[in-house]
Amino acid sequence: MTRYLIRRLAQSILILFCVTVIVFLFINLAPGDPYTQRLDPSVSAEVREEMLQKMGYYDPVPIKYFKWIRDVFRGDFGYSIKYKKPVWDVICERLPNTVLMGAGALILSTAIAIPAGKTSATKRNSVFDYMGTVLSFIGISIPAFFFGLLLIKWLSFDLKIFPISGMVTVGAGYQGWDFIKDVAWHLVLPTVVLALLQTATLMRYTRSSMLEVFDHDYIRTARAKGLSEAVVVNKHAFKNALIPIITVLSMQIPTIFSGAVLTETIFVWPGIGRLSYTAILDRDYPLIMALLLMTTVIILLSNLIADLLYAVIDPRIRYE
Amino acid sequence: MKKDTDNGTVSLGSIAWRRFRKNKLAMFGVVVIALLILMSVCAPVLTTYGRDDIDLYNIEAAPNSDHLLGTDELGRDVLTRLLYGGRVSLTVGLLASVFEIIIGVSVGAIAGFYGGKVDSLIMRITDVIMCFPFFVVAIALAAMIGPSMMNLIFIIAILEWTKIARIVRAEVLSIKERDFIQAARSMGLSKMEIIIKHVLPNTFASIMVFATLAIANGILTEAALSFLGLGVRPPQPSWGNMLSAAQSMRVLQYEWWMWIPQGFLVFITVISINFLGDGLRDALDPKLKI
Repeated sequence: MTRYLIRRLAQSILILFCVTVIVFLFINLAPGDPYTQRLDPSVSAEVREEMLQKMGYYDPVPIKYFKWIRDVFRGDFGYSIKYKKPVWDVICERLPNTVLMGAGALILSTAIAIPAGKTSATKRNSVFDYMGTVLSFIGISIPAFFFGLLLIKWLSFDLKIFPISGMVTVGAGYQGWDFIKDVAWHLVLPTVVLALLQTATLMRYTRSSMLEVFDHDYIRTARAKGLSEAVVVNKHAFKNALIPIITVLSMQIPTIFSGAVLTETIFVWPGIGRLSYTAILDRDYPLIMALLLMTTVIILLSNLIADLLYAVIDPRIRYE
Repeated sequence: MKKDTDNGTVSLGSIAWRRFRKNKLAMFGVVVIALLILMSVCAPVLTTYGRDDIDLYNIEAAPNSDHLLGTDELGRDVLTRLLYGGRVSLTVGLLASVFEIIIGVSVGAIAGFYGGKVDSLIMRITDVIMCFPFFVVAIALAAMIGPSMMNLIFIIAILEWTKIARIVRAEVLSIKERDFIQAARSMGLSKMEIIIKHVLPNTFASIMVFATLAIANGILTEAALSFLGLGVRPPQPSWGNMLSAAQSMRVLQYEWWMWIPQGFLVFITVISINFLGDGLRDALDPKLKI
């Protein structure tokens, strides 16, 4: 297990290294550069030259790369061109908002999809199963942003139940408990939109994973020795069906970050998804680099955790 | 049982077709897709308006007898643009899927068949591509190389081929241990010949199912990127870039014809393709995990 852990970590670090190289080349080959934009355009040509020298504008690309990596390890991601603040500060302001929405979506989709998928599988070919299958097809086929726009039109404009956009009511200046309620109210629609796709995928996987387990001999044995159906489903079948479900759950984390870009854009939610989109449009290179690096690290970590969870859940897996 | 050849055997294809025909949802998908393709191909015949005909006296008109789905912010007929937009959206999905399969299948087959260092190198490359957040990288690429239909196809293909590569690799790994491959080897066929003539035909079911899902995904990605203004560029219409009209609060609230039919078409196309893909999987090989 320890050996497997070390190998898996080494592999992740290698991938991370490749990712940093690609991100770096990507940004450095892009039109415009992160150096000249930091300069005050009013300074004289010589001062400008000198400052560019100092910033490393004329360094060869590998040197630039190592300087960047060194700074990243010190927690220095550079200076955002647009926000005129350290990149790290800009990200820290937004990250909690995305985590809030993402965690909400993850909890919501798991809470709906796993019981629904389980019921679908146990009552195969029932009305519930049929409805569930069609609903999950709708969930994976409707563009999430279009679903969001429909919800805004219907629930916010027409029925005026939920706020149209943003995270807090502008100008209300709520404090304490009222503030939490206000944010929660704004959180509902974006969370539902972000959870939609995940709920649909997770439900399909739970259903097919359960169905596959039902085919095994040990389920027949469990039934034959007179266990109640609830025990067979929950203890014998579900535990074994969990393994592929975990893979899907860990794959949801990248989907949240991808999905957040559009969801946050249409709901004007101040998270890192919308930040990535505006940073790209503004060509705010230091910010883009930091965001890409951060999201890939999160994705790599979630893959790693999923692999380790397998070992915890399934004692048959022995990593050599 | 109907026999479809004179030597009395029933081909695998006809068994699959018989199973497929029984699947109502899949047949629904086929009919809808056929209709949509027909409508977008015959666009010039079905409408009297030109794709970019501007009518400034008739801006954002609600649906009426002249304009069945109203007009947009430049007075162009929405229905006409929807028909032409279908061409773009369907083409993006189809071509992106074709390129994904060309790259993914060749890379996956090489990795699986040759194994060893080639395999681990290719697999690490797919690892790296797969751990990027798709959407962020896609918009970054689109902003860098510029928004256009061909660039969009390129971006989708270059970021999405890894999935089919992994599927094909896994299948090739198990196929190459089978006896008929040993036989082909001992007959002295070259590796390339074995891959193309004996290994790949056995991965056909997976590739077909993946292809349909990839088309659906491509259409969704086109819609999303064009909605953000990073995909197909106006005046060329696509369902996605027409949807971006809904970014205006006024359009979203009062002018449903400028965005709801567009989104509905994306949805109905994608769900039909998904039904079709699901039907294909059940017909060809229900055990496939795609």
